[in-house]
This record gives sequence, C-alpha cells and structure tokens, in this order.
Amino acid sequence: MQAIKRKKQKEKIIEGFFLICAFVAVVSVLAITAFVFYNGLKPFISNSYPLWDFLTGVEWRPGSNLYGIFYMIVGSVYATFGAILIGVPVAILTAVYISEMASSRIGKKIRFAVELLAGIPSVLYGVFGLGIVVPYVLNISPMAQGESLLATILVLAIMILPTVVSISETSISAVPKEYREGSYALGASKIQTIFKVVVPAARSGIMTGVILGIGRAIGETMAVMLVCGNPIAGIPTSLFDQIRPLTTNIALEMGYASGVHQELLYSTGVVLFIFIMIINLAVNKLIKAKVGS
Amino acid sequence: MSKKLKRVLVSLLVGATVLTLAGCGSSGSTSTSTTKATVSGEINGGGSTSVQKIIDAAGSEFTALNPDAKFTYSGTGSSDGIKGATAGTYSFGCASRELKTEEKGNLTELIFAYDGIAIVVNPANTVTNLTKDQVAKIYMGEITNWSEVGGADAPIVVVSREDGSGTRDAVEELVGFKEKLKADATIKEGNGNVQTTVAGNTNAIGYVSLTFVDKTVKAIDVDGVKATVDNVKNKTYPISRPFLAMYDESKVDDATLAFLDFLMSTEGQAIVEEHGGIAV
Repeated sequence: MQAIKRKKQKEKIIEGFFLICAFVAVVSVLAITAFVFYNGLKPFISNSYPLWDFLTGVEWRPGSNLYGIFYMIVGSVYATFGAILIGVPVAILTAVYISEMASSRIGKKIRFAVELLAGIPSVLYGVFGLGIVVPYVLNISPMAQGESLLATILVLAIMILPTVVSISETSISAVPKEYREGSYALGASKIQTIFKVVVPAARSGIMTGVILGIGRAIGETMAVMLVCGNPIAGIPTSLFDQIRPLTTNIALEMGYASGVHQELLYSTGVVLFIFIMIINLAVNKLIKAKVGS
Repeated sequence: MSKKLKRVLVSLLVGATVLTLAGCGSSGSTSTSTTKATVSGEINGGGSTSVQKIIDAAGSEFTALNPDAKFTYSGTGSSDGIKGATAGTYSFGCASRELKTEEKGNLTELIFAYDGIAIVVNPANTVTNLTKDQVAKIYMGEITNWSEVGGADAPIVVVSREDGSGTRDAVEELVGFKEKLKADATIKEGNGNVQTTVAGNTNAIGYVSLTFVDKTVKAIDVDGVKATVDNVKNKTYPISRPFLAMYDESKVDDATLAFLDFLMSTEGQAIVEEHGGIAV
C-alpha cells in the first residue's frame, strides 16, 4: 500500500516538473509578445509618432523623423509570395519523389541532403546569396546592382525547401497503402494515383508545411539582409528593385537606434508579429474548411 | 529509474543555485587593492564597431600586464555604447562620432584616437579622384553616371550604411549630405559588407573606415588628397572623425580608469596606430 502511495507521490512530483518545463514555452511566448507590444505601441499611445503615417509612409529616414513602413510591408509580402511560388512546388515534387518514386537508396540520399540544407545557418545562405545569386542577378538585371527582390526570392525559396519537403514527405508517407492499392485496382497509373489520391489525402500535412514555410520566409532576417539592398524608400515595382523587408529593418538599426527610432523598430516588430498571426490563422481556417468539405 | 531521475533533478537544482550565486558573486567583487602594481576586476566595454580592433588589442595587452583583470568589449554600435555607459551596463562605452547633446548626460568623454573614412570604388573603376562636393552629389543622387566625374559611361551604384551607424553619421556630416541620401541607395550593415559589395560590383561606390580598406577595393583621393593615415594625421584629408571613450564618473571603477590610462599612454597609443587608428 505504502509503496504504491509513494510511487504515486513520485509520479506527481515528476508530473509537476514536466508542467514547469511546459510553462517555459508558454511564459516565453507571453513575455516576448508583451515586451514587443508594450515597446512597439508606446510611440502611438504617447503620440510621439502617428500610427497612420507609420503604416502608410513610404520613406524611412529616422534622422528626418520619417518612419514609414508601407514599402517594407509590400517588400516582405512580395518576397514571401515569390519564395512560396517557387519553393513550394519544388518542395512538394521533391517530397513526392522521395516517398513515392525513388528507390530507398536514392531516397535516403536526397532526404539526407534536404536535412543538411535545414542545418545550414541562415547567415551562410546570405553569404551564398551575396557571392553567387547577387552577381548572377546583376548579369541579367536592367538595374546597376544585383541586390533585389529577385535575389531575395531565390535565396528564400531555397531556405524554405527543407521545412516544406520534410513535413510534406512525412504526411505523404502516412497515407495508408490501401488508398494506393484501391487506385491501382481501378486502373489508375502511378502518376494519376499520386496526384489524384495520395497528395489530396496528405493535403493537410502539406498545408502545414507550407504555413511553416511562409513563416520561415517572412521571418527570415540574416540571409535576406545581405541580398535585398535595404533601400530607405520606394515601393518595389519590378523583380529587380531593391526591397527592405520588415525583419531586416529591425536587425539593421536596432544596435544603433535610440528614443523614438528604437520604439518604432519595436513597432515594426509588432506589425511583423500581426502578419505572422494573420497568416497562421488564415491558413489554419483554410485547412479546416477543406478538411470539412 | 526513479532514483536516477531524482539525482538528475537534484543536480539540476544544485546547478541552478550555483549559477545564481556565481552571478551575485561576480557583480559584488570589485578591485580592493589600490596599489599601482597590478589591477584586478572586470572591465566590460562596448559600443562602436569601428574601434573594436583597437580596443580589443589594447585590452589583451592590458590583461597581459594585469593578469587579474578581465577584459571584454562588445561591438554593438556607438549609440549602444553611449547608452551602456550611461546606464552602467558597460564600464566604459566607445563611440566613433561626437555625442549628441541629449546623449551627454553625466558622461566624461575621452578622445583616444582619430579615424579617416575612405571613399572606396571597385578596383576596375578608372576614377581616382573626387571632390567632396562630387561625393555629396553622388550620394544625394544628383550625379548618377560615372561619366559625369570622368569615368566610364556606367550608372553609379551608391552603397551606404544603415541609419544610426557612426560611420554613416560621420560621412554625411563631413561630406555634407546630412539626411539627403538618395532613396534607392543600397544599404549594407557594417564596414565588411560595404567592402564586399563594392568589391563585387564594378559600378559601386561606398565608404568604410580607413582601418578596414583592403586590396579588394580602391580608396580614391578626396579633393586631391590621398586617403592615408599620414594625411588624416596632418589633417589634410577631409573625411576624418574622433574615436571616443566615455564613462560615468560616479559609476566608474579603478580597473576601467587604469585601462583608459593605459590606452592614452605611449604604449596604448602605439596600439592605436598599429591597428590603423591615428594617435592623438
């Protein structure tokens, strides 16, 4: 009896310890949110800078008291959209190839390469972008510099591959064998089976991969900072225009900023935060709607 | 199994306690001896990245002479150095620009070196000299083609530093295009990035600390004066600035003062020169 009681007590203590561990994540997310929002909303509450001008301005000149981030929002959205447009199809086809077509020997090798890609520090993607992608873009660009929306998109497209590939592959592999057998039994070819049966069945997992890819693309900082050009004004109108995404604006100037300038960098963080939340919620809804139908 | 877990838990707790105690200990310990022979204590400076080479070298020399002293310097930017020195999070801060009036507070400033800023272009560029006025016009977007300043018929790619950078402040001030940087200039973070960008684009122009210039780029003459250490020293080179160290008199400790004394000594100034700075 006593032994059982003691065992139960022990279980309770260990459970409590696990709870504390779980709290670390919860407390961190709350603390970060509170910190960023507190600092980021200060300039608008204390009226040191008008919110409307901040959100719609197209010029960022702290020295002249001009803090407009609209062109950065546009830049971030374009870059993310472009990266998804290129990266996601490549990633999904890679995942299909690994799990459905490749022999296990080749599949393993490709999977290993993708995992390795995930482990490369983002600054090295940036260095690669600056050394290879930017000069290449410069060759084909009508502009005089290679730092551009296009260079950013190309680097980001590569960076989101591992996330999308590994999650898509897992969910494609999880599709029950019976689905495929049923499809073959009806006389469908392999390609028909993959695109009409397997991929739709793995849809929610693939969408999760895409959301995480979007999150990675919009939140990426170090790699992008080296290849995007970071101009102080101007909405991008072509692929060869330079952009300044929200993330790099914060990273570029936080070390030097003070006063309102610094607070408005936190505000940039708030906008980024809201963006990521909107994207997550929207895509989550999309999945639910599709699964429901 | 449960014993093992318990042991892990206990060791984790003990570890945490020790860490906390150690944290308290280090902040409480200050140099007790006032004898001149050696200094002990922790010196943590921070601020401008432009002075990092000099301060790091001076710091390691200083700790070699005073084995009980610990020295760290974090290159986080001039504004951060000033903030840190004011708040007392750094025992001294460094800036590569003059302090703004609202930043001065109770800080004691010490000029320990001067710096020149080089205007750099790609080595393939045929232009070798620009006037200060031409540089300003290029950065403001009034001159946009190299042929306008005696070079090839090619667009000029303007590379600048991020807002708040001490080097950018210094250049805008000294060359005379304060807050008028053209909108589509490429902005790069740090001297190294600017240099890499200019080295990689035939039509680019940028600026970096004279201490940073290497063979991958070409420093051009300004107003007919070569960008050399000698010319900054004899004040003929027009784009130069002070390197400042500052501290709060009420918070500063003996170890930091001893370090700054060392920095201003002949030995310290020799280190300044060795690392591309210009001695005061």
